[in-house]
Amino acid sequence: MATPGRPLIEVLNLEKDYVTGAGVFQALRGVSLNITEGEFVAIMGASGSGKSTFMNLLGCLDRPSRGSYHLSGQDVSRLSSDQLAALRNREIGFVFQGFNLLPKLTALDNVALPLMYAGMTRDERRRQAQAMLERVGLGERSHHTPLQLSGGQQQRVAIARALATRPRIIFADEPTGNLDTETSRQVMDFFSQLNREEGITLVLVTHEADIAGYAQRRIRFQDGRVVEDVTRAEVAA
Amino acid sequence: MIFSSLFETAWHALATHRMRSFLTMLGMVIGVAAVILMMAIGEGAQVMVRESIKSMGSNLFIIMSGASTSGGARVPSGSAPTLTFDDANAISELKDVLAAAPVSSGSAQLIYNGINWSTSVFGTTPDYVVVRDWPMESGGFFNEADVRSGARVVVIGQVVVRELFGGEDPIGKIIRIKQAPFEVIGVLAPKGQSLDGRDQDDIVMVPISSAQQKIHSNAIRNRVRFIMAQAVSEKSMGIAESAITELLRSRHRIGMAQDDDFSVRNLTAIAETAAATTRVMSILLGTIAAISLVVGGIGIMNIMLVSVTERTREIGIRMAIGARRRDVLWQFLIEALTLSLIGCGIGLLLGVGGALLVGNLAGLPVSITPTSVLLAVGVSFLIGVFFGFYPARRAAGLDPIEALRSQ
Repeated sequence: MATPGRPLIEVLNLEKDYVTGAGVFQALRGVSLNITEGEFVAIMGASGSGKSTFMNLLGCLDRPSRGSYHLSGQDVSRLSSDQLAALRNREIGFVFQGFNLLPKLTALDNVALPLMYAGMTRDERRRQAQAMLERVGLGERSHHTPLQLSGGQQQRVAIARALATRPRIIFADEPTGNLDTETSRQVMDFFSQLNREEGITLVLVTHEADIAGYAQRRIRFQDGRVVEDVTRAEVAA
Repeated sequence: MIFSSLFETAWHALATHRMRSFLTMLGMVIGVAAVILMMAIGEGAQVMVRESIKSMGSNLFIIMSGASTSGGARVPSGSAPTLTFDDANAISELKDVLAAAPVSSGSAQLIYNGINWSTSVFGTTPDYVVVRDWPMESGGFFNEADVRSGARVVVIGQVVVRELFGGEDPIGKIIRIKQAPFEVIGVLAPKGQSLDGRDQDDIVMVPISSAQQKIHSNAIRNRVRFIMAQAVSEKSMGIAESAITELLRSRHRIGMAQDDDFSVRNLTAIAETAAATTRVMSILLGTIAAISLVVGGIGIMNIMLVSVTERTREIGIRMAIGARRRDVLWQFLIEALTLSLIGCGIGLLLGVGGALLVGNLAGLPVSITPTSVLLAVGVSFLIGVFFGFYPARRAAGLDPIEALRSQ
């Protein structure tokens, strides 16, 4: 549970450097922002703007070089890699552009995978995974492998996997990048519904304005800094 | 993370790449089978040598006529018997000697009821079976009186019983040895093979006096080619050996500067050498087999490294959805262990089967000991851990972002 009165995500002066052959590359140059529980945020920016780096930091896949990041009041930079893994498992769900399903596992086993790392028994895992697949409308396809499913279906399996441990935040990195317009619309509608009906916090990285239009708030990155942070109401105004 | 899930995951990964898993396992299969087979053969050879040594009798000397040293113009060993019956008696009187028996040997044709059998005929005294620790199966051995009177009595070995008598009871029957009739008074218990591979049961024994009169026609009266003697204990072997040498030198009136006209051989020492040789051979076989086991282990490491590289993206995905480093480590370690242990299981079956086959077809003595089985399983387990650890640690050390980005 988030500490009362504090935002779910609190970022202050966040910086991230990468050491490359050509020297130190500053991917993030001081980012400060808050995201409260239940928000639906779109992060935009050109490639190289730092949005993916920011996303990796928020998703606890990486640690910042400087600055602080508090998730549910916990200082992420102080956590061990095991604690980060546990946090990713319990609090965070990922949806990727390339779906990132394990090709040799069935849809059911893919969805059940995070539950295995949560320490559930095989039967519990399967029951819960099946329920998740039904929720994304793929209850009938649980024994298909990803290659036997369409792109839209694969992304729904990935969403079911992200939801499996009932996290509070879902990070979606270009989730519609590999999908056609109609399928994209269905996926985005599902995300909106999750956010509206279950209060799941959604952070979406995209470079498409119409996809970003589903979100209530738009944050634009450029050269490692936030250059725009507006709500839909402000955009409309 | 639940342990059974790890095995499930490992099994699934291995089953997905059947051919590769099989080939990787093959290294372990061959290694373990080789260890089991080689140790079975080595152990079997040792058991055989031990049994031969046991059948020989303990703390034995064989005293041969003629010098043992070679070189110069010498009479070949044993060609002119220098030892006498009295030498044997004198040796048996020594403090450190339990008994000594002169032996006159040769081969002869036996006939019973129209059946012929050629075998070796030993002329000796009752002390021979004492020295050799050779019990009777039925009947009795001849006594001192038989030796003194040159009685026509014979004691026969198992092979002779089988060849001449079939199912018949040989006791009391008359057989002809070189035409002379001898009465069978006893049957020797089976002894099996000697160290040099001869069948010790293909033999008959008669009083030495009778042998020299009727059978060993070229024998010089009261002289023998060799005497068997037994020391009272293993510790007294050394003292007994020098006492025998001393005694014979003085009895044969050999001057200080002259060489012995006899040679004393410590059979127990020879047997120990044979046992040591077998042991070395057995260690050598085991070592070669162990090397193939290690090579199998390296094969596992090789494939696991390939597998980690190939599955980098999978590792990234697993980490993103909550796998801790140790979960990834365990996943790959268990995979390596599963490979090595299944390989070990198959190798065990093949090794045991192969050993039994070798035992039956080639007639080699084989012996599968629990030690060799435990050793093979233990070593396979260690190999799985040892060669699985490095690739597993590599997998666990991957950076999740980099791993997710890889193709």
